[in-house]
Amino acid sequence: MATATHMHGRIGESIKRKEDARFLRGKGNYLDDFVLPNMLEMAILRSPHAHARINSIDTTAASAMPGVIAVVTGELMAEHKLAWMPTLSGDTQAVLATDKVRFQGQEVAAVIAETKYQAEDARDAILVDYEILPAVTSPDGAKGAGAPLIRDDKEGQKDNHIYHWEAGNQATTQAAFATAHKVVRLTSFYPRCHPAPLETCGCLADVNSATGKATIYMTSQAPHAIRTVFALVTGLPEQQIRIISPDIGGGFGNKVPVYPGYVVATAASLLIGRPVKWVEDRSENLISTGFARDYHMTGDLAVDKDGKMLALRVHLDSDNGAFFSDAQPTKFKAGLFHIVTGSYDIPTAHVTADGYYTNKAPGGVAYRCSFRVTEASYLIERLVTNAAIELGIDQAEFRMKNFIKPEQFPYTSATGWIYDSGDYPQAMNVALQKLGYDELRKDVDARRKKGEVTGIGIASFTEVVGAGHGAEFDILGLRMFDSAELRVHPTGKALLRMGVKSQGQGHETTFAQIVTEELGIPAVDIAVEEGDTDTAPYGLGTYASRSTPVAGAATAMVARKLRDKARKIASHLLEVDEEDLEWRVSRFQVKGSPDRAKTIQEIAFAAYTNLPEGMEAGLEGVHYYDPPNMTYPFGTYAVVVDIDKGTGQVKVRRMVAVDDCGVRINPMIVEGQIHGGLTEGFGIAFMQLITFDSEGNCIGSNFMDYLLPTAWETPSFELGETVTPSPHHPLGAKGVGESATVGSPAAYVNAVIDALSPYGITNIDMPVGPDKVWAALRSKGVTE
Amino acid sequence: MFPAAFDYRSPASLEEALGLLTEHGDSAKVMAGGQSLIPLLKLRFAQPGLVIDIGRLPGLSGVTRNGSLTIGALTRHVDIERSKDLGGAWTIFPEAAHWIADPLVRNQGTIGGSICHADPAGDWGSVMLALEADLVVRSAQGERVIHASDFFQGPFTTTLRSDEILTEIRVGAPSKRAGGAYNKLERKVGDFATVAVAVQVELDGDKVSRAGIGLTSVGSKNIKAVAAEKALAGREPTDAVIAEAARLAAGAAEPKADVRGSAEFKKDVVRVFVQRGLKTALARAREARA
Repeated sequence: MATATHMHGRIGESIKRKEDARFLRGKGNYLDDFVLPNMLEMAILRSPHAHARINSIDTTAASAMPGVIAVVTGELMAEHKLAWMPTLSGDTQAVLATDKVRFQGQEVAAVIAETKYQAEDARDAILVDYEILPAVTSPDGAKGAGAPLIRDDKEGQKDNHIYHWEAGNQATTQAAFATAHKVVRLTSFYPRCHPAPLETCGCLADVNSATGKATIYMTSQAPHAIRTVFALVTGLPEQQIRIISPDIGGGFGNKVPVYPGYVVATAASLLIGRPVKWVEDRSENLISTGFARDYHMTGDLAVDKDGKMLALRVHLDSDNGAFFSDAQPTKFKAGLFHIVTGSYDIPTAHVTADGYYTNKAPGGVAYRCSFRVTEASYLIERLVTNAAIELGIDQAEFRMKNFIKPEQFPYTSATGWIYDSGDYPQAMNVALQKLGYDELRKDVDARRKKGEVTGIGIASFTEVVGAGHGAEFDILGLRMFDSAELRVHPTGKALLRMGVKSQGQGHETTFAQIVTEELGIPAVDIAVEEGDTDTAPYGLGTYASRSTPVAGAATAMVARKLRDKARKIASHLLEVDEEDLEWRVSRFQVKGSPDRAKTIQEIAFAAYTNLPEGMEAGLEGVHYYDPPNMTYPFGTYAVVVDIDKGTGQVKVRRMVAVDDCGVRINPMIVEGQIHGGLTEGFGIAFMQLITFDSEGNCIGSNFMDYLLPTAWETPSFELGETVTPSPHHPLGAKGVGESATVGSPAAYVNAVIDALSPYGITNIDMPVGPDKVWAALRSKGVTE
Repeated sequence: MFPAAFDYRSPASLEEALGLLTEHGDSAKVMAGGQSLIPLLKLRFAQPGLVIDIGRLPGLSGVTRNGSLTIGALTRHVDIERSKDLGGAWTIFPEAAHWIADPLVRNQGTIGGSICHADPAGDWGSVMLALEADLVVRSAQGERVIHASDFFQGPFTTTLRSDEILTEIRVGAPSKRAGGAYNKLERKVGDFATVAVAVQVELDGDKVSRAGIGLTSVGSKNIKAVAAEKALAGREPTDAVIAEAARLAAGAAEPKADVRGSAEFKKDVVRVFVQRGLKTALARAREARA
């Protein structure tokens, strides 16, 4: 039978990643690999102070140094109306400081020179006279009476408050709390961390002085949106701007925003008439570009006497840094934090959020998550474990009792989110089984009797990804659709161009496999291109796990469009009615006579050589997909830890991760994404912290202080899966890039808290370093 | 992260290197494996006029065991980590080497470079103090020997003169029953120690004839826990004696609170590590009898 035909690379097959041939051979092309004739290098002078008035900037000596072409200050940028730029949250951000510096690491001036060495030598020769001002380093500090006003540049801004935002229902929540048998409170700080992609940010701006066309190579996760923003900010006509995102070495949200360096380098290229390259170093990336989290959260969970959750009340203070430049949809000031009811059927909830300016770097990006979902997931999962411990109910049982039930989907949450599909008990059961939970619980008890400190942590997260339906979700007004353009060549090979942009996620393989599934062209025969705004269709980019939910759907839809045309051509070639044809893997065949068939390759050739009368030639199309809803991947993670009483060191003995991301297109890529997320979650839970001293000096500005986990300390992962397709996605896929980062931190910390719970310890804020664990144990008199 | 301009020389002999040092004095910086100096150059924290790269000088690397022990200053960490001559009484060498940074650094970095860099978070300094090693240094004027306990002065400061180069490390022959251990708490592989402790003991019958204890990352330099060593010498190492020594060692530590933890935490980890280190070292020393 023709149905037995094997087609390499269909959905569900773990084919090797097409892009790896070049990456593994060192033949990728990253931003810093590009060298253009006459190219100049740029270095940025940054503020050493967190808050200071600039009295004067003396560039005389720097300008006279060898190789220096220009020294750019805020004053010069202001002459071109480019000293300030809009942020992704509708605020303004200084490109180069003119009046004050507002965080350590802020851009003050830039040197453009023949070589990078010369640029850095001259940078050190710029003299800035600062008048140091007191610094604000936390929301509490920002609120305090007499706190220095950070944004005195903004008319009408009298304090450091940015926004107040609410979701849910205050009245019903209050009423439910009044009837509660027990209220469990958790005050938790999700510290500032950083996406820290291995490739830092940068750009190479090449403005052609004859044509005026600006070609800008940029480490951007969203090149099309950047082009539009550039057009609006600079006034350049949009067809004269070409953004090229080449191979990208990790983004994790860090490469969504527009950074001052991009604007300065582009302006410099325009003014000088030569290409200008700017690539940050590691410290610049860590101290000045989009951080993540920095949420101070308090959650109250009301429970009845049977252990049923009644209501959730949450308040958070957000530390946004010096400029409100969170990357998030316009209408949600605290991102999608109000998904905070998580996987639980909580009848009512009320969420309030306040944002504050501080003298810290701006740019609350969603580090490998969908707009602040990580903070929400962490809070509810930590709160639920604490509640279980306090109520004396098993963590797993308490979750089971309160899960949204499979038959409740589509489920409307207390804050108004419509969950598309889920089977939470099943994911929990698979995880518990894999873990051998019941036996393990007994083992924990036995070890504790011997004086060991050990515990099990569980987190059953629900993610909300795939932004979004355009009516609700936008970036600076641009609706969050995405696109795919598919061209099938006469020989049956294809070119697929996308509006999203891979940073290592394996798009060239995953999206090819969707075309293989839908149109029967082997994955190896499909080239996938992304990132060049002159060639790719418009799209909002890759972040928030949206590529498969949105662009993957667009790919399926455009392939189906082409298949519809192919049917017409096949009907012409086979001289039968369209209704008499059936699609089998890679060909149309006549129903009942499988020998009479035309392969997609034959049909493609005919599309250019032998068309039905009146049909347009070619076999290509484009589809813009605006999803009807978000998708809601979920899972249960379980962690076992052993704690060294003498040093406070936590060792993760086991990590079981059961993910349900709907239909998996390339299971190997999915598992790779989960491994990466679990590793980053491990880093966040145990190691990572961007912190500041009282003067606002950033501690954590290099990889000796900002710790990335290596294979040495990362636990071994045991993965499991369930599959609950999304009902509204054409392939049933949900997106998975971020689930593990979102879900795992709470699982790791819950295990630590479970281990410490016999001593009455209820919370340790991340990163859970040995010093904190030691201090907690010591406070209860436990020692080696 | 591009260094300021500097001159670079790669002399062919130790004599040539010493001549360059005499000529350039403080404005020159000696580089062996470069694992500390190159980051400092890139951050522009160090801006020497001249870098003298001694990394390829012949005859300054390798382990020689002939009763006593001699280790060339240019011996790379990895070669100590994997040395077949450093078992038994010298186990502390491969054990400490294994804790240094990460494999990439261990492949390039040298024991002499690390000792002369004198980072209070450096691992070799504590081992030198625990073993009471002699450090052999050369200048154009000749050779002298600096005892480890006289070498380390403060953060990145030693009694090495600016015209001198460390050439080898010598450790005297131990009694037959000797053992050591190196314990380190770090936040991740490649991190500097939060706390580390080097312990070396020699046994005479049931009694400790000599104990050496060096502390890493808990003061302005590597610290020799002298009072703790004395509390062990000539005593039978009972649990109570070990606990007392550990308490004294913790008392000798002068840590500062930082992102790695409070001073109290670090002192207590010293106590725990001295306790653990002594138990391991004693077990190894006892094994040596068999």
